[in-house]
Parts: sequence; structure tokens; C-alpha cells
Amino acid sequence: MKENDIRFAKLLILVNGLVPLALLVWDQSHKQLGANPQNFLILTTGMMTLIFLMLTMAVTPLRKITGWNWLIQFRRMLGLYAFFYGCLHFLCFFSLDRGFSISSTLTEMVKRKYLIVGSTALILMIPLAITSTNAMIKRMGGKRWRALHRLAYMAAIAGVIHYYMQVKADVRQPLVFGAVLAVLLGWRFVQWQRSKTAPKPAHAVKQG
Amino acid sequence: MIPVKDTNKISGNDITPPSVYFNRRNFIRTGILAASAVATGVAYRKLNPVASGEVKTAKLEGVISAPAATNAASGFRVDEPETSFDDITHYNNFYEFSTDKEGVASAAIHFDTKGWQVSVEGLVNKPKVFSLDDLLKISPPEERIYRMRCVEGWSMVIPWAGYSLSKLLDAVEPTSAAKFVAFETLLDPKRMPGQRSDVLNWPYVEGLRMDEAMHPLAILASGIYGRSLPPQDGAPIRLVTPWKYGFKGIKSIVKIKLVADQPRTSWSEYAPNEYGFYANVNPHVDHPRWSQATEQRIGESGRRPTLMFNGYEEQVGHLYAGMDLRKNF
Repeated sequence: MKENDIRFAKLLILVNGLVPLALLVWDQSHKQLGANPQNFLILTTGMMTLIFLMLTMAVTPLRKITGWNWLIQFRRMLGLYAFFYGCLHFLCFFSLDRGFSISSTLTEMVKRKYLIVGSTALILMIPLAITSTNAMIKRMGGKRWRALHRLAYMAAIAGVIHYYMQVKADVRQPLVFGAVLAVLLGWRFVQWQRSKTAPKPAHAVKQG
Repeated sequence: MIPVKDTNKISGNDITPPSVYFNRRNFIRTGILAASAVATGVAYRKLNPVASGEVKTAKLEGVISAPAATNAASGFRVDEPETSFDDITHYNNFYEFSTDKEGVASAAIHFDTKGWQVSVEGLVNKPKVFSLDDLLKISPPEERIYRMRCVEGWSMVIPWAGYSLSKLLDAVEPTSAAKFVAFETLLDPKRMPGQRSDVLNWPYVEGLRMDEAMHPLAILASGIYGRSLPPQDGAPIRLVTPWKYGFKGIKSIVKIKLVADQPRTSWSEYAPNEYGFYANVNPHVDHPRWSQATEQRIGESGRRPTLMFNGYEEQVGHLYAGMDLRKNF
């Protein structure tokens, strides 16, 4: 893909990533978020976080399988969108559910273990967002940067567990996320096993 | 020589100027951008449909309205703004149709209650299989404006129409051996698609202690807002016990059985540490996974404090005197 096309493709992702947010705002202003808009906002922003986490983690397997190396160019934006919706998710909870009260947020956290798991996921994403710039990658060096960014796996695992834990009985949706995550992590595990056993070509480059 | 015009030669005027070329490309790209955004929007809408669809059920005849003055003490009429009909009928926990609260209304839209029967049996002198008409004839429907607190932490104020369960029980004459009342929802996976998945152990069952069942606040409801119950709210007949969490209010009842021992109940069977048999609303006893101290009243912003026995302590508190409500949650 040409540089110009890549830029356009990035614009496509940027715009489409904002569509759910735009519709949330639209529905909210038209009072059509349903009977419990607070809950709907919290749930939907959380769902978007998980979707973007999965998309981010799908980039490398897709790229390796198809050979479309240009896919890597979109990973940062997808990851930042996951962080963005994760922050919105927390803000919705903090404002709409907890009325901006830090103390009630903390006491609620102690009682609801899944809040601790969810916060962990979000906190793990902070260093990843901070070090997502080209300058940071250069400063850290590729190897250390990639090692740090494996935290994304932990964030995704914590995110899916967080969702699973708060569902009352119908766990089908969290299980779908769990299955997708298992495939994405499983693929990486297999690659890693192979790279350990197979003789490496001299110019092999490891990719996260 | 005759000069031959070289028709193959492209003159400078024929080449698309770069500005037009780039404009065309930009035009196409803008189109792609817009089309993709629309596609994403449509996909989002498919996953998050805007709940709509008017609910129309028959008007109930002869509903006796709850007089305000005399009912403060009885608890028959709570003096708080009623939740809108639209919200009451589009935000339902009714796993027999869907586990998505906003999806129950559309999943239940074709539920037909023609020929409905309710069998009242067990430890009674006069067991009987009631037709719905016979059942409703036992006593005229009374308007009861109750708070409804869901165990999930949201609440509503609902103007029910129904009569005290005690009137039905009196009609069948329980024997002295009867200590509990067991309720059962219709089991018919063809009509209740949610029953095709095993998310709960169907049919849904609930139960009350005899004194709870005889309490005037416990009603068999057949309507809301002066109309007969829509399917999503438990048509044609359901239980309402306003001092208990909403899941005790079993819907679409086909069987009521008086028994000697505490009957099994669906949610406490599903997760005994999370849902008890009594399930009285209690802000001091948290659900194992979350606090029950506050609630989201549908239609309000911000959370309001949850009241002991959902605000019906004066009426029902004596039923539980001396009981450890932490153990008997």
C-alpha cells in the first residue's frame, strides 16, 4: 500500500471508531438509550473497549497469515481506541453510577471484585497509551517496547474476566469474547513454541 | 506530401489535469468514508436497536382506584412519581423470552394467553383448575401503586391492578398442614423461546411462606396502568410482592400449590449464595457481588438510597421479627 493509501485507511479507522460514540451521544440527546440510559452507556462503552482490544490483538496474526505487512500501521490507532473507550467506560461509571464520589467508588470497588479486575485492565493500558508514540518506541528500543506492550494481553484477559464476573446468568456474550481472546492468544503461543523449536533464519525478526 | 493528422497523439488538452484527477480520487474516497461510516452505524443499530413499538392491551374493566388518604398506612399507594408505561413495558427481566431486558418486549410480542388455566392444588380443601376468567372473578382488580426493586439495583414505581393473593387462598381453603405456597410459570419452549436455552432450570418456580402469601400487600396482578398485563410483564397473571426483590414476582403463573415444606425457588437454586428464599429488599445486606444500599430509579438521574423492605417495613416488618436477616437473606 502506498503512503497516501495508508493515510486514507487510517482516516477510515479514525472515523469509524467514532461512529459508536457519535450514535451514543445522538441517542442520549434524543432520549432513546432505553429505560436505563446510565447502564446502557456503561455497558456499551465497555463493550467497545473489548472490541477494540480484540481488533488490536488481531492485527499481528492477520498480518502474519496474510502477509499484509501494512496492517501493522493500524495497530496503534486500534489500541488507542480501546484505551479511549476504556476511559469513557470508567468515566460513565464514576459519574453516572457513583455521582463523581471517589469514596463511594472506592467502597463499591471493595465490594464488587469485578471492579478491581476492570480497573486493573484499564490501569495496565495507561503505560501502553503513553508509550504508543514513535518517539517512545525509539527511546525504549524495539525489544523493550514489545516486552512492555505484551501487557495488552493481560489487559484483554482482565477485561474479559471483568465482563464475565458481572453478568448475572447469561454468560454467552462474555464467553464469545473469551473464545476470540483464546484464539488470538493461542495463535501467539503456537508461534512462540515454533520459534523455540524451529531453526531460525539469520535475519528473523520477532514480532509481538 | 499530404500531411496526415496523427490521431493517436494525445494533445496536452486531453490529459486529465492533476487537479481534476485528485478531486475525483478525493470524491471517491469521501464516498468510501461515508459509506463505511454508514455501514458501521447500521451494524451498531442492529446490535443496539432503539426500543420502540407501542404496547396495546385491553382496558381492564372496573379497576378500583387506590384511594390516597386511607392507603398511606396500608402501603397500597406509594406517593412517588410513577414510572412511564413505556419504560415498564420495555425494560423487563423475563428470561423465558430473553435475557436482554430491552429485548423481552419484542421477543414476547406474539405470546398468546388464550385458554389460560391456573391450577390451585396441594394442601387445600377445594383444589381447582381455574380458567383465567374464573380466577379474575374472585375479586375485582384494585389499583396498587407499588415500588419495584430489582436485585440488580434498579427500581420502578408501578401502578398494578390486581387483588390480594389471600383472597384466592381463602377460596381454596388451605389445610392446617399448608405452610408454604409454591408457584410455577408456564413451561412451553415453543411459546417461550428463552426456555430453549438452559440458562435457568425451567420452569421458573417461586415460593412464599404462608404468612407472607396471606399478607394483603402480596397480590396477583393482571394489569398495569389500567390495562391487562402485556406479555413482557407476566401476562396473563403474575405475583407481586413489593417488599421483596423483583425476581420473587413470578410471571405467567400456571400452578399454585400449597405445601408443607419450603419449596425450591429458581434463583436461589441457580446461585444459593447470591439469592435467598426470602429475598426481602434490604439495604444492609449486600448481594455477594455488589452493594444493595442504593438503587437506580428508572427515569431519574443519580441513585437513591434503598429502603428497608423497600419502604414497606411498617407493613411487613413483623413477619420477620426475631429472624436473622443476614442468614435468611
